[in-house]
Amino acid sequence: MTKQKIVVIGAGMASGRVLETLTEAAPEQFDITLFNAEPRGNYNRIMLSPVLAGDQTYEDIVTHDDAWYADRGITCRFGEKVTEIDRDAKIVKGANGDVAYDKLIFGTGSEPFIIPLPGHDLDGVIAYRDLEDTERMMSMGEGNKVVVIGGGLLGLEAAAGMAARGVEVTVVHIMGHLMERQLDEAAGYLLRKSLEGKGITIKLQANSKEIVGEDGKVKALMLDDGTELPCDLLVMAVGIRPNTALAKEAGLAVGRGIHVDDQMLTSATDVYAVGECVEHDGAVFGLVAPLYDQAKVLGQTLLGEEAAFVQKTLSTKLKVTGCDLFSAGDFAEGENREDIVFRDPSRGVYKRLVIEGNKLVGAVMYGDVADGNWFFQLIKDETDIDEMREMLIFGPAYQGGEASDPLSAVAALPPEAEICGCNGISKQTIVDAIAAGATDLGAIKSTTKASASCGTCTGLVEQVLQVTLGDEFKMPAAQSICGCTDHTHEDVRRLIKSMPLQSQEAVWQELGWKTRNGCHVCRPAINYYLLADWPLEYKDDPQSRFVNERKHANIQKDGTYSVVPRMWGGVTTPAELRAIADAADKYDVPTVKVTGGQRIDLLGVKGEDLPNIWDDLNKAGMVSGYAYSKGLRTVKTCVGTDHCRFGTQDSTGLGIKLEKILHGAWTPHKLKLGVSGCPRNCAEATCKDIGIVCVDSGYQISIGGAAGMDVKETELMCSVPTEEDAIEVVLAVTQLYREGAKYLDRIYKWLGKVGMDWIVEQVVDDLENRKALAARFELSQTIYNHDPWADHVEAKADKYAPMADLTLEAAE
Amino acid sequence: MSWIDIGDINDIPLRGARIVKTQVGCIAVFRTAPDEVFAVSDTCPHKQGPLSEGIVHGQSVTCPLHNWVFDLNTGQAQGADEGSIPTYPVRVDGTRIMLDGEAVSRRTAA
Repeated sequence: MTKQKIVVIGAGMASGRVLETLTEAAPEQFDITLFNAEPRGNYNRIMLSPVLAGDQTYEDIVTHDDAWYADRGITCRFGEKVTEIDRDAKIVKGANGDVAYDKLIFGTGSEPFIIPLPGHDLDGVIAYRDLEDTERMMSMGEGNKVVVIGGGLLGLEAAAGMAARGVEVTVVHIMGHLMERQLDEAAGYLLRKSLEGKGITIKLQANSKEIVGEDGKVKALMLDDGTELPCDLLVMAVGIRPNTALAKEAGLAVGRGIHVDDQMLTSATDVYAVGECVEHDGAVFGLVAPLYDQAKVLGQTLLGEEAAFVQKTLSTKLKVTGCDLFSAGDFAEGENREDIVFRDPSRGVYKRLVIEGNKLVGAVMYGDVADGNWFFQLIKDETDIDEMREMLIFGPAYQGGEASDPLSAVAALPPEAEICGCNGISKQTIVDAIAAGATDLGAIKSTTKASASCGTCTGLVEQVLQVTLGDEFKMPAAQSICGCTDHTHEDVRRLIKSMPLQSQEAVWQELGWKTRNGCHVCRPAINYYLLADWPLEYKDDPQSRFVNERKHANIQKDGTYSVVPRMWGGVTTPAELRAIADAADKYDVPTVKVTGGQRIDLLGVKGEDLPNIWDDLNKAGMVSGYAYSKGLRTVKTCVGTDHCRFGTQDSTGLGIKLEKILHGAWTPHKLKLGVSGCPRNCAEATCKDIGIVCVDSGYQISIGGAAGMDVKETELMCSVPTEEDAIEVVLAVTQLYREGAKYLDRIYKWLGKVGMDWIVEQVVDDLENRKALAARFELSQTIYNHDPWADHVEAKADKYAPMADLTLEAAE
Repeated sequence: MSWIDIGDINDIPLRGARIVKTQVGCIAVFRTAPDEVFAVSDTCPHKQGPLSEGIVHGQSVTCPLHNWVFDLNTGQAQGADEGSIPTYPVRVDGTRIMLDGEAVSRRTAA
């Protein structure tokens, strides 16, 4: 196949992007020749200001170096001018010879506009356009004086860059305020103040009259009011205009720029134009975003794909350190337009929104530009802002439902701020880890331990990632369970039910686990999901449980355990108390403590004594209190109608019944209940996972309370008239939670995800479903409603002792 | 080496561990899913957590106190944690587990 011959005139940012597109998509398809008047290839012109300011070097901003062109087989004819184009013969004539083309691309860019003042051709009068200009400005330093004509984006960046080098800079601007195309007067004023603060002199409404020279070299700028501004260099930054001379000579249709259609085709067959040299639908272009859009369209067109260039609203940011300004859209005043303005003079903040009809059409901000992109999005999307109009100017933080931007808070944290309290990890440590290549949550966890313990700082860690990495970090919509799998908890739960998967091996195999048999994070979750969804088919695996649930006691920091027998509803007897006291004596229990759940905790029991103390407590009629479990803990009660003069129902009795029915059930996280006999709520039922408050007419059942790391009040789910109804509703909602929630989500978290409306539909309104849920719970309880202590005493007491004791043998 | 019979492999739960008391302290004897056996110190160097009570996954164990993960082959802590636990020679003879008696008394003999 013969290659298509493409000739490109001008190595700028737009044509550079076209070359990237073509050589990436079809490296073998094109034979490309690139002419450039500048003796070099493509560099990032918009970064010249940082180069001038000394923040970057030229090498930093080179987009395509010699090797890049060589790798792609592009013939470079740099520093060579195109002298003529023969459209009939399809030939481009350069100073060093002719090149034939199949397709010709004009990327001739723009040229700076030089005001034809007397003296404009003196040495030391330059524009701000290319690297030579930049280097000329960089040669200025302390003791030099420079005048910049033009108070637009480019002129101000030039002025600020040189001022930073110690040059005495004066900006001469013909208009009444700076950057009049992007800013209104108020923002222009604040910008002027800020620049003056950097030592730059600003002269507004100043008409230049003449450039004064000496020995062919610039000496001063004379204004028409007679003021003389001495200078060693004069920079004209008063605008650009499309470079169309060659196109005109070639006979192309040219207005302000080279006319192109939506596919960037000029008036001539097989001749295209892209970038600052074009005029599209009456507009010319100077900012980079639309140039890249054009380049993309042209690239696709040449590759035979359908594409059309569409003009979009633009936003601007000034690249001057310490001057935060943002502007987007159109903010000229008009008949149907209204303004919303916010000023805070002491902070130097100004914001103005321009509204037409129900839409935001323009935004100007100075001092605080954090919300700029949000406003820009509203403009681009033509969002109807009628409903948020009142608070619109305050940004997304004050819009209903949408949370304030937490990133700003995280960004403002000092480096030593502690992000992960469990492991004492500072923001700096995380930032360092990110710099070292840990660019997602899993990597941060494994390299720093941040968020690897309780996990409540996960959100913060993700925000540090986002603040540090910017757009490179995609906030995960849903996190996978752990490094063993890419599946989320939700996915796995769904697949366990639907596939169906009824064993751990099936999960590892069918869902493509990356490890042999999971890890300490996923195994307990999978074990729970399997036993909750398949109570009869799946057998609970103690080896996939955390030590507390495997040994039915809470491990303490010294490796001893705590033992908590159940006291149903918080009610005990003298006989039980005696048995507890005897056990405490017999096994040298160092601490006996009353818990928050209305029972007694024996702390400091040695592991090998566990079966013995359980056996003693069993004999006194007590069973495991499951104080260690992701399962039912306690049902806290008040004394209700038995003794209390305010009690409306038998709260103690209901609490005991519930605890007996729910005892032994595993749930995604711990489950605490409370039953109060009247709205005085002595059992604190409204900060439990499930709370019942008795009233004269029956029982108010609410869910989603917590009093731990988060403190939450319950939300009312329903009121029912009888105790029987109350029990059924509690069983049903517990089962709904067991079947749906993510492992380690308390009810309040699950509630936050599924919403109370849905829960009410399932448990309260649909009576048939309520009964079905309660029945499934009871089915599961046929397996799990039992005392594990008794089981262990009977079946595996010997496993609690060491396997062997070699201390005696070795001592022989 | 002097191999000491410390018990039957079936006395250790699959993906579990039992401890053996020795002169050099408690040693945790692990049995992984495919019946591999490892003997390492029972004591986590971080806060002395009992490793025999940790969740066994692959050829690793996670300490029950603060989730340090150790490779049972090398005794090295994994991930960000730095530290290691002593490992001891162990082999399986039929179903009997044999521990090297010299290794577990060496420190008292020295």
